[in-house]
Amino acid sequence: MTIPQSQKIGRPLMKLIRLRGWPILQQLHIEEQLLRTSSENWCIINDGTKEPTIVMGVSGKPAELLEIKPVLHDQVPVIKRFTGGGTVIVDGGTIFVTFICNKDAVPDLQPYPRPIMSWSSLIYNEVFHGTGDFHLRENDYVFGNRKFGGNAQSITKGRWIHHTSFLWDYEIRNMAYLKLPSRAPEYRSARDHLEFICRMKDYISRSDFIDGTIRALGTYFSVESEEMEAIQSGRSTKFSPSSRLLTAQEIESALCELESRKSVACSSSP
Amino acid sequence: MALRMWASSTANALRLSSKASLSPAFSLHRCFSSVLDGLKYAPSHEWVKHEGPVASVGITDHAQDHLGEVVFVDLPEPGGSVSKGGSFGAVESVKATSDINSPISGEIVEVNTKLTETPGLVNSSPYEDGWMIKVKPSDPSELGSLLGPKEYTKFCEEEDAAH
Repeated sequence: MTIPQSQKIGRPLMKLIRLRGWPILQQLHIEEQLLRTSSENWCIINDGTKEPTIVMGVSGKPAELLEIKPVLHDQVPVIKRFTGGGTVIVDGGTIFVTFICNKDAVPDLQPYPRPIMSWSSLIYNEVFHGTGDFHLRENDYVFGNRKFGGNAQSITKGRWIHHTSFLWDYEIRNMAYLKLPSRAPEYRSARDHLEFICRMKDYISRSDFIDGTIRALGTYFSVESEEMEAIQSGRSTKFSPSSRLLTAQEIESALCELESRKSVACSSSP
Repeated sequence: MALRMWASSTANALRLSSKASLSPAFSLHRCFSSVLDGLKYAPSHEWVKHEGPVASVGITDHAQDHLGEVVFVDLPEPGGSVSKGGSFGAVESVKATSDINSPISGEIVEVNTKLTETPGLVNSSPYEDGWMIKVKPSDPSELGSLLGPKEYTKFCEEEDAAH
């Protein structure tokens, strides 16, 4: 894809990394490092992740968000990430798109959650061209009233990250690991996961989505590809990412906590 | 110390450049954010109140309004240190974690543990019950480089007008 030279003038540079099947924990580590230690703008696209993995937000509590017994039994990895937001289960059918920007990279954009999400929805508006009644609804990406993309952010003094996990496809059985969250958008209307979410593959192909996203970014940035090896070789050994895999012990403790709350509730009922 | 409210004419709008179309669902408008007399302010929207040997730190009304409902506050333990301009914690709101930066350097002597159970205090009472840490300043002269109420009010107005 060639962008006419005249269109490149005045747009800040954004480096693009394209991955396929990268482990989500590694992706999160790279993202946090780039947010905290780089001064450049980045787009990371990871087309699927190999192993089904649960990813909670920074304040997520396993006892409240997960069906702990099946998670433990099936040894599903659980990650706590450095950004806010809710819990997702990701796998090979998930497409990850991440924007990491300096706060003045997009003209007139205030570095707060809602303006950033509003801007990102403009990017995806261009990608979907009104397909499937795409829009941003109460901070989720939806077709109609069904969510297909969950996003989260982290904002530092001079930079921000907005990352999204898009459900191009998903396994029904994986959704059973997640509880209905207590904090949910109004439009969810207490629907369970399978009534609430939908598959992006019913609306667009993987390649059209990824190519369309890169093209839409070209409206705001001069996009240039970068190899992951170049970033990995330049990684600072001093930086310590905060996204981490929860230990089996931590998840078991959450189960104990849950069961002790149930037994208190039982003993206090008439 | 008597505290007076300074009301700025800050418009808290989600304004993007003219080439973008803004979803009406994300247009939030407020007429003003409160700025208190007697406090000093950082351009990153934290406030500091210096009383004797200790300074209290939190985020401003402007900041909490732009962030939205705060659902989680991540604060350090007492005994640690902070550096002027450095991050000491984060708040979570609307799916985002936002760094909180200290306006001054020093030793953390107290942390507001109420924010663990009631993070919404940051929204409802950003200058009082929503205080975050108390610091023993290592260099009180750092306060001199912070913004006063009038300067901070003007800063917020200019920042919002530019977007």
